Amino acid sequence: MSESDQPTDNRGFGDPIERDEDVPLLTGEATYTDDIQLRGTAHLAIRRSDHAHARILEVDTSAAEAMDDVVAVYTGADVEDSGVPNTIPTAWMLPGLVTPQYRMLAVDKVRHEGDGIAAVVAETPQAARDALEAIDVEYEVLEHVTDPVESVERDVPPVHEEAEDNVAFDFELGDADAVDEAFADADQVASVDLRQPRLIPNAMEPRTALADWDVATEKLRLWMTSQNPHLHRMLLSAGTLGIPENKIQVIAPEVGGGFGSKIYHYPDEAVTAWCSMQLGRPVKWKASRMEGYVTDCHGRDHTTSAEIAVDDDGTVRGIRVETHAGLGAQLSQFATATPSYLYATILSGEYAIPAIYCRVIGAFTNTTPVDAYRGAGRSEGIYVIERLMDVAARELEMDPAELRRTNLVPPDEFPYETAAAVVYDSGEYERAMDKALEHVGYDDHRERQAELREEGRYLGIGVANFVESAGLSPSGLAGDLGAQAGGWESSIVRFDSTGTVTVLVGTADQGQGHRTTFAQIAAEELGVDVDDIDVVEGDTDQIPQGLGTYGSRSASVGGGAIARGAREVREKAREIAAHQLEASVDDIEFDDGEFHVAGAPDRSYHIQEIAAEAYLGHDLPEEMDPGLEATNFYDPENFTFPFGTHVAVVEVDPETGGIDLERYVAVDDCGEIINPMIVEGQVHGGIAQGIGAALYEGAAYDDDGHLLTRRMDEYAVPHSTYVPDFETDYTVTPSPHNPIGVKGVGESATIAAAPTVVSAVVDALEPFDVDHLDMPITPETVWQAMGGGE
Amino acid sequence: MTEREITLSVNGTEHDLTVEPRTLLVTALREDLGYTGANVGCETARCGACTVRVDGEAIKSCMRFAIQSDGAEIETVEGLAENGDLAPLQEQFQENHGLQCGFCTPGMLMTADTYLKDADDPSREEIREAIEGNLCRCTGYHNIVDAIEATLEQREASHE
Ligand code: FES
Ligand code: FES
Repeated sequence: MSESDQPTDNRGFGDPIERDEDVPLLTGEATYTDDIQLRGTAHLAIRRSDHAHARILEVDTSAAEAMDDVVAVYTGADVEDSGVPNTIPTAWMLPGLVTPQYRMLAVDKVRHEGDGIAAVVAETPQAARDALEAIDVEYEVLEHVTDPVESVERDVPPVHEEAEDNVAFDFELGDADAVDEAFADADQVASVDLRQPRLIPNAMEPRTALADWDVATEKLRLWMTSQNPHLHRMLLSAGTLGIPENKIQVIAPEVGGGFGSKIYHYPDEAVTAWCSMQLGRPVKWKASRMEGYVTDCHGRDHTTSAEIAVDDDGTVRGIRVETHAGLGAQLSQFATATPSYLYATILSGEYAIPAIYCRVIGAFTNTTPVDAYRGAGRSEGIYVIERLMDVAARELEMDPAELRRTNLVPPDEFPYETAAAVVYDSGEYERAMDKALEHVGYDDHRERQAELREEGRYLGIGVANFVESAGLSPSGLAGDLGAQAGGWESSIVRFDSTGTVTVLVGTADQGQGHRTTFAQIAAEELGVDVDDIDVVEGDTDQIPQGLGTYGSRSASVGGGAIARGAREVREKAREIAAHQLEASVDDIEFDDGEFHVAGAPDRSYHIQEIAAEAYLGHDLPEEMDPGLEATNFYDPENFTFPFGTHVAVVEVDPETGGIDLERYVAVDDCGEIINPMIVEGQVHGGIAQGIGAALYEGAAYDDDGHLLTRRMDEYAVPHSTYVPDFETDYTVTPSPHNPIGVKGVGESATIAAAPTVVSAVVDALEPFDVDHLDMPITPETVWQAMGGGE
Repeated sequence: MTEREITLSVNGTEHDLTVEPRTLLVTALREDLGYTGANVGCETARCGACTVRVDGEAIKSCMRFAIQSDGAEIETVEGLAENGDLAPLQEQFQENHGLQCGFCTPGMLMTADTYLKDADDPSREEIREAIEGNLCRCTGYHNIVDAIEATLEQREASHE
């Protein structure tokens, strides 16, 4: 690229452009899956297990079948008998992994409350729901287990016969001997035992599917709340329904939030499709919120013992981590990747730690399957290393920010290979940390803290550094580690003859503003106004290939595919321009959408004029095909590694245990920023979810294995009054692993906020000798930690 | 179940319809009349996504039967824009990036719009209290509060 190829004008990249997608969402015109009505639609409701663990002795559907408006009732045996493959496959294998068959509807046993047993299809949703009660299920109740440590250590009936000890996998990463040595040599050792509770994603829109099987063409159209329609197409095709991929169209219209929960291939959407195939008419299923609580994959569920070895000067020598990760009753799509590779590989955090060893025992339990939730794996890992930093600082009587600073990977060490087997792309960790500490006024708060303590008031300042791996790639590496899918993304960038551009891409938006962001990327590369660009996502018939949106991959991998596709198109346009200008291609410069001969800007062609030529096809360079479009498959050379520092200031009330979150400061570095307004929105939402985890959220089971937190008034999704105003700022360290220097920002703030807030509350409680408190830290926890009631 | 004939006036248009007594107002609006702006997020009056205005009052339309609103004046998000132009509140939501997935947005707008009718120079804390019954999982609320504040400021400026 010549110098002048750097787009000079303000084409949108970097601007806080208002979102194109907003108007229909603001006026009620937008179409979510449940808004779609097809003539002749029947409605599906699923009878679910009331027990955590039981053998199914008999399912009697006759009464339900006889009810008014009931069209059909199917059991797990009916699905089995239909001859479809009937498997919900896991998409990541690990060495020694036990993989029991995960069926669309249970046949032999129910393994968690909410497991599907029978499907009722009726003329109305109400009739379908009414009929659920009329299905008579005879159970033999079995002993159940919900805790991942108990499930492998206590003698309990196994969730799956294939795994008698309930261990699905036993995963190790790092160098155990090196860690032993580091611990033997170090001046001090500190440790912490911690629980990271189950979180329930709670996207505001419940999961919904509308399937329409066309008997004549034997083609399935499936509208669904999906973060990755192409992955759903692939998994439905091969594993579950046995239909060729080209006979399945998956469409994700507007999707009302996902946060991970709409990545996965669940039984319910597959059952919806299967029912439509049986009946030859459209079938719709929509989860009630309560149904969502017991069926949407939960996140986290870790029980961990962690140790850190440090020298007196604050140098960290090594860490050792053992985790029991609850997987729930089935292996969901990324259930195995999240607590293994996405977790253990990030344990180095922002620090140069010479020796790291981690063991993870993946345990089946009689609970809703666990899978990736916003920050997946990275969140759990950063939480561990940041809690270790705090307990080590306490041990050394060192300021926790200072200890962190001492161990940061310095900027000149990138690319930096950690002892946890990954290579960080780029980072200026201290710059972001300084910015955050200065913004909050760290030193002043420490002084204020000391003064207030004299008055019996308890201020706490929490600092957390984070780094995350985003983009989950390259495909070859992912494959080596066990992935059953690639890590690339695909785009088509297409000019039409009037000069407007359509970008088709395989990612799928759930509120992140892809249409605007991606238009900004294409505008930058093509020198075309953002308003002339249309972005299309979420329909497998329009967009031939793709992998979807998860793991903060859309801007870096999807954006990378768009940038590369746009560059290809630009180069073809350059050749046409050279032909028109009767010059050599090497002499043609591209400036702000215009092609001209170097040094002769007077005669020029705009790329949009070139597009018209390309489709006229009357006068193109010899042997050039008409048209101006490119299909691109971009497979990144590595993950990207966003990072940053968050700081929280809290005051706790010794009378009530109340926690007042006074300040929340976030400094993020997500590489180049495409749209600062959208980035800020991602950070805000992420912080709220991290604060939610730290202070409010957490699934709980009762002694019978029933989910206690199954309604919105029992599971505390933060309300507007639960969170403060946020103060955000940025540093920019471009990623060398990405064509446009971006890193991704969707999950960062969730990863950062939980350790930040926990750190702040624990810091406030230092005078009470509290080293650690498990999430969610409620007023009651605080009150007891302060000796309340004693 | 005996069906009932009722009349709902929605955004100024009268609709006669036949419903079962147990049909929720939100179901009647969405499924019988095609006003799909109000969304269903919980069915238990907790999330606020289904908020509409009935006789001037913002209510969660999943907690009321359609027959209870027989003859009532109902306003939904579809009626907020005027002559095809976004209302000032909607504009401020866009300008301040007060929405992401947009699923909570219709309910949030109806609650905020109703609140704004009598709000008098509220603090951010008071705005937060006003929208407390409407959950948003995407935005963290900060920009929603900004949008509501900005609408008030704009209104004041135009009165001066
Ligand atoms: S659907 Fe009515 S409040 Fe949630
Ligand atoms: S914008 Fe998604 S729930 Fe509010």
